Amino acid sequence: MSPDTAVAAAAAQVEILAPERRRGRVRTFIRRHPAIAFGGCLLVLMALAAVFAPLLSSLDPQALAPARRVRHPSAEHWFGTDMLGRDVYTRVIYGTRVSLIVGFSVALLASLLGLAIGLVSGFIRILDGVIMRIMDGLMSIPPILLAIALMAATRGSVQNVIIAITIAEIPRVSRLVRSVVLSLREQPYVEAAIAAGTTTPRIIVRHILPNTLAPLTVQATYICASAMITEAILSFIGAGTPPIIPSWGNIMAEGRALWQVAPYIVFFPALFLSLTVLSVNLLGDGLRDALDPRLAKRI
Amino acid sequence: MLAYIARRILSTIPVMLVVAFVVFSMLMLSPGDPAAVIAGDQATPEDVERIRAALGLDRPFLVQFVDFLWRLVNFDLGTSIFTNLPVTHMIAQRIEPTVSLMVLTILFSVAVAVPMGVVAAWKAGSWIDRAVMVFAVLGFSVPVFVIGYLLAYIFALELDWLPVQGYTPLSRGFWPFLENLILPTIALGSVYIALIARITRATMLEVLAQDYIRTAKAKGLGTRPILFLHALKNAAVPISTVVGIGIALLIGGAVVTESVFAIPGLGRLTVDAILRRDYPVIQGVVLLFSFVYVLVNLMIDLLYTVFDPRIRY
Repeated sequence: MSPDTAVAAAAAQVEILAPERRRGRVRTFIRRHPAIAFGGCLLVLMALAAVFAPLLSSLDPQALAPARRVRHPSAEHWFGTDMLGRDVYTRVIYGTRVSLIVGFSVALLASLLGLAIGLVSGFIRILDGVIMRIMDGLMSIPPILLAIALMAATRGSVQNVIIAITIAEIPRVSRLVRSVVLSLREQPYVEAAIAAGTTTPRIIVRHILPNTLAPLTVQATYICASAMITEAILSFIGAGTPPIIPSWGNIMAEGRALWQVAPYIVFFPALFLSLTVLSVNLLGDGLRDALDPRLAKRI
Repeated sequence: MLAYIARRILSTIPVMLVVAFVVFSMLMLSPGDPAAVIAGDQATPEDVERIRAALGLDRPFLVQFVDFLWRLVNFDLGTSIFTNLPVTHMIAQRIEPTVSLMVLTILFSVAVAVPMGVVAAWKAGSWIDRAVMVFAVLGFSVPVFVIGYLLAYIFALELDWLPVQGYTPLSRGFWPFLENLILPTIALGSVYIALIARITRATMLEVLAQDYIRTAKAKGLGTRPILFLHALKNAAVPISTVVGIGIALLIGGAVVTESVFAIPGLGRLTVDAILRRDYPVIQGVVLLFSFVYVLVNLMIDLLYTVFDPRIRY
């Protein structure tokens, strides 16, 4: 066999093996990280439902139809209709948008702001005491109550809901980042970098940030899950998303008066909310196990 | 020791000051005219002025804050805009159901969750362990009002074992009181149980790997005394810490649980206050809950010495 044909044969073999190996890799990933695979798939489905809501239902989530009030689930109205004759299925699908937007925005904002505050607190020792006392105070107010009080002081809108929940979540993130920074500062390689005259911004970018990324990502998924629950709770008690926008909390709040005769109005948004939060939590648990095997063994 | 306790108690003062400042200044930090926001969209200019005067918003910020603190020290939380009653009075009327619900939930959750976590750690890797972990993930994911409606639907509407909604004061007898609180307690406890079971399992796994546990086994001690006397006592500090921190979850959950089960407690008061835009009441409830939360965690901190005599201050 000439070298040329050997290469060609090897190339052909690679081509044949490639798809199979890829499939094998997917299977190995699912076997190794079932939580990430399951949670991720469920979350992608929810995100698709949110983006393509108008394609999944031809009805208007706000369309009133007094003649078709409180219809039980049927082929025509999969999840039934509410007290104003609106299609619950359509409203639940559109409600996915609010939940996902609030969950992701809060996770992103709280992580970034918490990261900034944690870095400042960990590096600028004069400010540390003051910042941490403020964070202690904020953490002493139960998060949902803090969000309720903030919402009561402003007008109800999705944007204000995001701000209120973010403020309630920031203290935990900044504490986490600060503790990572403080332990890293003691590491020999960071001390060596300081001794070698590396500037503080460069130390932060090169040595500190990469090490905060893993715990911060895990924390962000848990914040996303808890933000979705908090949004639903705020909307449910009338302090969240304004009633014009269909959100799962709003749909449940509206179904509350009727829930003994038409429990489906409450149960369908409840099911979607629980599944979405479950998928985010599973993703968080999976990421934690994958990113920090030491922690995974302990908890 | 006494000096430590005194210092620890004093250390809560700055925390409480920050809480008071945050709760007080939230109204000022919000964009726009706070009096107009509280008055709502249908308010006349006179209404706005009346609220501005009632809340003292026409005075300088620091004067307002010092006045607010002085009233707090005198147990004065201000006056409701809607009912014109003192907020402390309104809170006193609604406090019994909430305290009952929370105390029952804490007792029930600890009684269920700690044995769950202990058994899961002891049988680590078995189906019991896996069941406990699945329950813990579900407990974190299914919101409290979803569990509330599910329980009410199954046990009150379908099976008719327990009342659907409502509250009976303890003074009307223990069973009628308990009957109304069973479902709310289980609903509110679900997240809390998940949290405590998880931390119990994690700490017990660590403790069970220690040498003295092997010694206890070697000298022929039975499983139960090893688990519940030797191991659990050494796992008590992290568990009690989480029990204390988790009360923040309970407080938030209580507001919703009371709405689901129509319990006339502080949660109901808060929800009604939101709908009426009665800011002083919301402020008062948030302050009260936060102070209770700080105090409970202070007490748990001081309890550490009981669980672990090695901790000396």
